[in-house]
Amino acid sequence: MNSRPVGQLDNMSNESNADGPRDSRRSPVVVPGEDLGSAEGVEAGHGVLVVGDRVKSTKQGRMSRKGNTISVTPLHTRYMPRPGDLVIGHIEGCTNNIWFVDIGAPFNSILPMSLGPAKVEFGGTRKVLDIGDSILCRVQEVEETHQSVVTMKGMGLRKIRSGALDELDPHLLGHLIGKGGSFLRAMKMETDCRIVVTDNGRLWIDGDLENILEVRKRIENISSEARIVGVGA
Amino acid sequence: MGGYGDVQMIDENGLRMDGRKPGDVRPITIETGVVPVADGSCRMVWGTNEAIVAVYGPMEAHPRKIQKQDRAVIDVAYNMAPFSTTDRIRPGFNRRSREISKVTKDALESVVLLELYPRSKIRVSIEIISAEAGTRCVGLTAASVALADAGIPMTDMVVSVASGKVNDVVVCDLNKEEDNYGEADLPMGILPNTGELVFLQMDGDLSPDEFKQAWDYNVDAAMQVHKLMVEALKGGANQ
Repeated sequence: MNSRPVGQLDNMSNESNADGPRDSRRSPVVVPGEDLGSAEGVEAGHGVLVVGDRVKSTKQGRMSRKGNTISVTPLHTRYMPRPGDLVIGHIEGCTNNIWFVDIGAPFNSILPMSLGPAKVEFGGTRKVLDIGDSILCRVQEVEETHQSVVTMKGMGLRKIRSGALDELDPHLLGHLIGKGGSFLRAMKMETDCRIVVTDNGRLWIDGDLENILEVRKRIENISSEARIVGVGA
Repeated sequence: MGGYGDVQMIDENGLRMDGRKPGDVRPITIETGVVPVADGSCRMVWGTNEAIVAVYGPMEAHPRKIQKQDRAVIDVAYNMAPFSTTDRIRPGFNRRSREISKVTKDALESVVLLELYPRSKIRVSIEIISAEAGTRCVGLTAASVALADAGIPMTDMVVSVASGKVNDVVVCDLNKEEDNYGEADLPMGILPNTGELVFLQMDGDLSPDEFKQAWDYNVDAAMQVHKLMVEALKGGANQ
């Protein structure tokens, strides 16, 4: 149902569930091992397991049902890379022809010399990107063993030389961006900062120092509010 | 165990020194998200026991020789703070902490879906802030909550409770005096949704009937504790 805000009479209930649940964010929170119902005619999605003829949750999160697929969206989770994700990585090490990049995932990614930001001679990797440098890059591929390859060939992918970096839990990015990017757009307008939000929860904020501090304060508020009320994606 | 048989710990009304009935559990408080930098964390106060558990990962396992090609490894570090008991504990690992780390790791390995994260490591740090009796049970139970809080996939949460024998009476959830002067101690790790057992130790002697009674007490207590764990994890999120 596509609903839009409408005028409300004073005696109308403000309860979101006055005529049944309608906000998907309010779907029930489940915990690992919780029984989610019969497995008959149901497909197991993310975060659930079929044990015998029952569907069970394997994560703490919000249960959702789309068609006949039941899945659980975790409330807290570590970033898992997917091909095409825009990420901010930190260079952790390098060999003669490869950089090792920390993208906040369970495994370090590799950035081969051929996908680097500039033409590099064999053995000259540290001249282009040194340990401790931060880069804006894109996940090119993820192997079955969770090892991933990132690339810097693409529009806007570069070494980060100015501004500040901040982090937010990946599942809270929705709260920062808002519907159709509205919250983020408003924040950019109000603070006059350039903000790049990446899929691994890292943010690049560029602008005047005072404005950067204002953005970081707002991000910190989102994080602390999430911790208090336990909001989920 | 034993050797202090003349210490009276059950009164004529069948009540224990702290006023509990034989099957009662000490009051429990569970809080999640207490370590902001950790991926998941839990603070559990169980009677006068207090444990803080932080979970980090899954992360790349270092050194590489500990990596398993088909699954993740769990690295459990149980530690009692030097000030956690009346006698100062020498900081660092000792024989007891290594043993408890190992049994906790074994119990958690049976519920965590390790095969989803090959070659990685999940680090679980259990810090006992205040110890009275049954810290291994508190540590294991709190570790389950912290793992769930970290979004680690698990088939169920382990709940650990200990029962024992004091003055020939089987009692649930021993306190310090009962643990020190009692005749037996039976800590168990139970999966509340399936009733499966993932951890069992026994210290002292119990007859088959007493063992059955202690087992029943543990299973009942585990169900009560599990309710509190679920409540803590759901927290304000359902409101």
